[in-house]
Amino acid sequence: MFARFLIRRVVFAAVVLWLVTTTVFILFYVGSAETVARRIAGPRAPQAVVEQIKANLGLTDPLFTQYRRFLGGLFHGDLGTSFILNTPVGTLLWQSLPATLWLVAGASVLWLVAGIAGGVVSATHARTWIDKGTTLFVLTGVSLPTFVLGLLMIFIALSVLAPLGFAFLKPGAFVSPFADPVEFLRVMIMPWFCLALVQTAVYTRLTRGSMLDVLGEDYIRTARAKGVPERAVVYRHGLRAALTPVITQFGVDIGTLLGGVVVTESVFGLQGLGQLMIRSVRDGDLPVIIGAAILASIFIVVSNLVVDVAYSFLDPRVRLA
Amino acid sequence: MSLTEPQIEAVHSGEHAPAVAGRGPWRLAFDRLRRDRAAVVSAVVVALVVVLAACAPLLAAITGHGPAERFPTTGLTPEGIPVGPSAEFWLGADGLGRDLLVRLAYGARISLLVGVLATLLATVFGVTVGMLAGFFGGAVDAVLARVLDVVLSFPYLLVAIVLAAVYGASIPLMIFVIAFFSFAAMARIVRGQTFAIREREYVEAARSLGAGPFRTMFVDVLPNLIAPVTVLASLLIPTSIVFEATLSFLGLGVDPRTPSWGAILADSVDFYRVSPGLLLFPAALLLITTLAFNMLGDGIRDALDPRGDRIGTR
Repeated sequence: MFARFLIRRVVFAAVVLWLVTTTVFILFYVGSAETVARRIAGPRAPQAVVEQIKANLGLTDPLFTQYRRFLGGLFHGDLGTSFILNTPVGTLLWQSLPATLWLVAGASVLWLVAGIAGGVVSATHARTWIDKGTTLFVLTGVSLPTFVLGLLMIFIALSVLAPLGFAFLKPGAFVSPFADPVEFLRVMIMPWFCLALVQTAVYTRLTRGSMLDVLGEDYIRTARAKGVPERAVVYRHGLRAALTPVITQFGVDIGTLLGGVVVTESVFGLQGLGQLMIRSVRDGDLPVIIGAAILASIFIVVSNLVVDVAYSFLDPRVRLA
Repeated sequence: MSLTEPQIEAVHSGEHAPAVAGRGPWRLAFDRLRRDRAAVVSAVVVALVVVLAACAPLLAAITGHGPAERFPTTGLTPEGIPVGPSAEFWLGADGLGRDLLVRLAYGARISLLVGVLATLLATVFGVTVGMLAGFFGGAVDAVLARVLDVVLSFPYLLVAIVLAAVYGASIPLMIFVIAFFSFAAMARIVRGQTFAIREREYVEAARSLGAGPFRTMFVDVLPNLIAPVTVLASLLIPTSIVFEATLSFLGLGVDPRTPSWGAILADSVDFYRVSPGLLLFPAALLLITTLAFNMLGDGIRDALDPRGDRIGTR
């Protein structure tokens, strides 16, 4: 039973991956060979040069030949070479990965702790001013676009805090914590909070709703009737059951975010996968775009798979279908 | 306290009892919404944003500043720094000497247009697909549910960026992209609701009276989907507005020359240290708009669903 379920999910994951890569391939190779060659050649280059560049990049071959070459390379783990930087795509992705990983790792700790705590407090104080305040925070959080929050944070850091003599925080390129831990913190604290704030709002709402459902269950009343202290009722009996949907959401979010925190990275100028994607889209660097798309979908598909499997362990009521 | 004879009489005969007017469920929901102070304030704010959008040409006429017109002599100081709020430029000028207020008003049109049209499109598709899958079940459902799974596993921001880069950023493309990636979530919830409704007695009754599948779907199932769909759609509008602003900020939403809120914020990046209003006014307007839509959506949900069983929004 479990093996069948697993095989089904893995096959589905593979199909999704194939669909994503093919869609991106078709969109780009069909739509923009001319544009790309023109951009590499420069606006004043003669048409002959543009044609030569297209031929060199293999963009004049029949579409199916290009597609076969692309899939063939993919199966050998070869993502091709960047048109612009002349570097293997794999290397570019590998170089961009640490910034994204550190960003998501730091922010996820913040939003999990704050979101779950906020949700529990809000649910155990339902309909009081604490709950109302939390709800207002949640609504503001989900309404505030990430890039606006990022811009406001940079504005406060540079135009309010820095003139007051507090110039620790700054936007800038990613620095490895192993190379320079202080610089790492200076650069990363704002992006962490920026990414985490919106997520905290979502997780607070999710935990609150789930917690309210669970606290209304019969076994919670039984626990209270037995004289279990309220603290133990809330945390040991209630929270444990209430966390299942939160963990599901966490898995999905991590997968999506690892594929590139496009907005946060762009606002703060961190050189992660999202920045790489935006840069290569602007330059028309097809192999890098496709490589990034594949990596992003791998993260999403794998994390969905992990969530599905974990869910069937966490909640025995879920039938393996 | 005991009742007097005439009162008892009245109760029995129903003669002097206060008139009880029958109120339909929509009337009840509307009355509940009207009592929700946060929802009323939000509705007023949304109405004000609509007025701002509608009055954009009027503002341009009053100030004499077109949305794309540059005023290098009056809008910029001799050093090239944008001027702050004044009698001439009510909210100041931007880095190219254009009137910020006029541009924001025109931007409101884009935000509302994209938000409302994308939501409508997503709702029509989502309800159709969800209802078909949920009503027919079996093979139809298996295929449609898989399609939804695939759409939901697409890295949507990435695909949106790629599409904008290949086909050029434009408003119709933006609306289509947002609708395409929002309809699946709607369809999934409608599917679940339809599953539940299909088993109800009144559907069985309709079927045993000889109603065909499409009649049953439109007469018996669809009206019962209106409440959850209204709630979802009202929350989809702010999401679409944020999505449009984000893509425009990245330079991949609407045409960069169009005065969209995201593009205006992107333009502010180089100047907000000397002219903070360029960042703060559009940011506040965007936040107030999305917050109002979200609070209104929350209010509608509470009004339509007084028992408090909440419908998931993700």
